[in-house]
Amino acid sequence: MSNTILKIENVTMQFGGVTAIDNLSFEVQKGQIYGLIGPNGAGKTTIFNIITGNLFPTSGFVVFEENDITGTKPNRVVYKGIARTFQNIRLFKSMTVLENILIGCDAEANYSYLEAIFRLPRYFKREKEIKEKAYKLLDIFGITEFANTNATALSYGNQRKVEIARALATNPKLLLLDEPAAGMNSNETAELSNIIHKIKKDFNLTILLIEHDMKFVNAMCDKLTVLDYGANIFEGKPADAIVNEKVISAYLGDFSHA
Amino acid sequence: MKNLIRNIVLIVATLLFIFYAQKNFDSYTLSILNNIGIFAILALSYNLINGVAGQFSLEPNGFVAIGAYFTAIFLLPADAKVDMFALVDPAPIILQMKAQFIPAVLMGGIAASIIALLLSLPVFRVRGDYLAIVTLGFGFIIRIFAINNPAYTNGAMGLNDIPSNANFIWIGIFTLVTFIAMIHIIYSKYGRAMKSVRDDEDAATAMGINTFKMKTYAFMTSAFFEGIGGGLLASMLTTITPDQFSFLLTFQLLIIIVLGGLGSMSGALIATILVMGGMEWLRFLDDNIILFGVDFGAHPGTRMVVFSILLIIMMLFARKGILGDKELLAYFKKKSK
Repeated sequence: MSNTILKIENVTMQFGGVTAIDNLSFEVQKGQIYGLIGPNGAGKTTIFNIITGNLFPTSGFVVFEENDITGTKPNRVVYKGIARTFQNIRLFKSMTVLENILIGCDAEANYSYLEAIFRLPRYFKREKEIKEKAYKLLDIFGITEFANTNATALSYGNQRKVEIARALATNPKLLLLDEPAAGMNSNETAELSNIIHKIKKDFNLTILLIEHDMKFVNAMCDKLTVLDYGANIFEGKPADAIVNEKVISAYLGDFSHA
Repeated sequence: MKNLIRNIVLIVATLLFIFYAQKNFDSYTLSILNNIGIFAILALSYNLINGVAGQFSLEPNGFVAIGAYFTAIFLLPADAKVDMFALVDPAPIILQMKAQFIPAVLMGGIAASIIALLLSLPVFRVRGDYLAIVTLGFGFIIRIFAINNPAYTNGAMGLNDIPSNANFIWIGIFTLVTFIAMIHIIYSKYGRAMKSVRDDEDAATAMGINTFKMKTYAFMTSAFFEGIGGGLLASMLTTITPDQFSFLLTFQLLIIIVLGGLGSMSGALIATILVMGGMEWLRFLDDNIILFGVDFGAHPGTRMVVFSILLIIMMLFARKGILGDKELLAYFKKKSK
């Protein structure tokens, strides 16, 4: 049993003439917090969409727990144990916080449509179970008091927590976080990194995250990959990344010509 | 537990009202109540696909027609069919179809939901407003099919003398069953999943929800109850023609569910009572209008003008409908807190 949970193998993604991902490979080990950074338009979110099955790569493979999952439908990918959050928070706006999290428990509540209509015993049993689970998750994130509030009425930081809790409700092994600290102040960011460390330990998770905030990345990640124009320009420890010439020139431009 | 007692009390009270009304109300009041009941069934089921699952669809008239024709054919005795089919002899299968009232009505619903499944297979594979286009066309196809296949439907002459089994007891019970079924769907993981599809399809998929399946479930359930509504309508009116199931029927239901609040079942129920009852109540406007002692004479159509103005005013002041997308009881809960 290898320790690799996710393997990206020579993935290339082309949109017409534009190459968004150029022959990218990297491996995420079990229990790691793996960072994916790079300037705007480097293809970070594209890689997320390829892993979750929203995009089908032009070539290459995505291997999750030694199974090829390239091109698996997005809702099937969730059953395999990969959950994600979105760059711009996407909660279900007509629902309460609790209902949002219950959506994540959808697969667990395995009663049929007719059982729901006729209110057979399994409906009550499963609904009770997932509600308890949802409240446990709310408790971990410290947002129990908002359970019956409309999700979009919450503050930005709390909405982000709901989104992560919702992703956790699907029982993932690998959690993909797309810029979790975007738009947060330093207090909120510190709180978020505590929570991420906590859930990683409690739920035995592997986390792959996209982030711009280098301080956050430094504090969080065990290893990272830096992307520029879809290509892997650096792979290694965060501390080494910020002194790497290629990384600096990708972010700040090339000074050698100046 | 408290909720259970409340629900049982509500159901028993409704049943008592239904039986009391059938026994004591005059036939004019009962015909209005029947109309309200049938439209409530149609509005509730239409609300599931359009309001809860958020898939803009224009299907009711097609499925109501299917339900009405199936039920009518199942209810009519074979010799009555031979007498009635004037243009061509009825097809052998039409003569063989015979059932009791309840099975006949259920057959109408099942037929409608099977056709809904066939429609949803291609339509829900793509996103966007294709469902509205397909279901709009579907309504016209059903009508033209009914006109051009006299061996099955007696063509434009329609079917007459359908046994009139649908009294207010049956219609009331079916309305109650529809309402309970819809509430049960909404307050289950399927209802939540349908709402999540309406709110954000990508996020729903990212949570492991099979959006195609959810839309198909909603569409088939809608079709099933619309078929039942159609069957009850056929049995209540005792006569059906293809022209009865025009796009206007869908349009009327659309007004009802938007007025009640898209996604709110109790809203749909209240709006049905307001619209169908209001249309009757405003009938006095079509009579001679006497204001301040001056006789303005009768202007047939005033009723529709006033009714439309009332609708516009309501839409202006309650843009999300009467109840928004919440249920009536949810409002009481909030108040008590």
